[in-house]
Amino acid sequence: MAAVQQTPVFEELAVGDVVAEQEFALTRDSLVRYAGASGDFNPIHYRDDVAATVGLPGVLAHGMLTMGFAVQPVVGWAGDPGRVLDYQVRFTRPVVVDPSFGATVTVTAKVGQLDAEARAARIDLTVSFDGATVLGKAQVRVVLG
Amino acid sequence: MNPELQGRVFPPAEPYLVGREKVREFARAVFATHPINLDPAAAQAAGYADVVAPPTFAVVVQEHTLAQLLSEPDAGIDFSRVVHGDQRFTSTRPIVAGDLLTATLTVSSVKTLGPHSMVTAETNVTDAAGEHVVTAISTLVVRGEE
Repeated sequence: MAAVQQTPVFEELAVGDVVAEQEFALTRDSLVRYAGASGDFNPIHYRDDVAATVGLPGVLAHGMLTMGFAVQPVVGWAGDPGRVLDYQVRFTRPVVVDPSFGATVTVTAKVGQLDAEARAARIDLTVSFDGATVLGKAQVRVVLG
Repeated sequence: MNPELQGRVFPPAEPYLVGREKVREFARAVFATHPINLDPAAAQAAGYADVVAPPTFAVVVQEHTLAQLLSEPDAGIDFSRVVHGDQRFTSTRPIVAGDLLTATLTVSSVKTLGPHSMVTAETNVTDAAGEHVVTAISTLVVRGEE
């Protein structure tokens, strides 16, 4: 477990700063775990035969799983999950999770905009798998107080 | 899809009691490692009553309202053709274990794009005091027959 984080100082931030980067190694186990935790038991997230029947290239990670972990590097940076008060994404590409090798998704979090009055930062996420981004307009509003 | 769905407000879903172990289970599932998500003592030290749910936890509550929409007899939505387009959570405060949440769904827009339809559903989540906690907005794309 990480040591207690320092809260980022608003005045020290500049647009374009990379505030966090992290790699996530998904396996089929991750999908089953997320299905149970979220209650989303759509079989395209764990059954190859069903995925093939509906014309998918393989079993896919839940979009909401990708959205869920992609914000975690920002939570770590912000020092408190309660500082994230707005978070939006567009699902642009599926993450296909190989039964043997899984899927590695990388997240880069960059300062996109600063709101001095609210002391809030818009953090823009670049979330990539297999050389292409999987989320569009992935923006997190963090209030630094 | 039935265009008359636009503007429809569904009855509030059954209240959802946020359990500490559910928050921890969800946190582990989204690779959350922050102590405030997992350890009640760390959450209390930070000023919260109990563990704080990750930013996307409201989807668990929202799911119940989307089920109301998908099973609405006159909606004309074929679940097997639904693709998640966009998602947004706009919060007044984070969800904390112990919260009793009530979720109410409004269909804010229905659009048709060629053979496909797009429905935007807004779920407003309030706490036991009736105060706003989070609004979860989903755009679902229903693929038409090609």
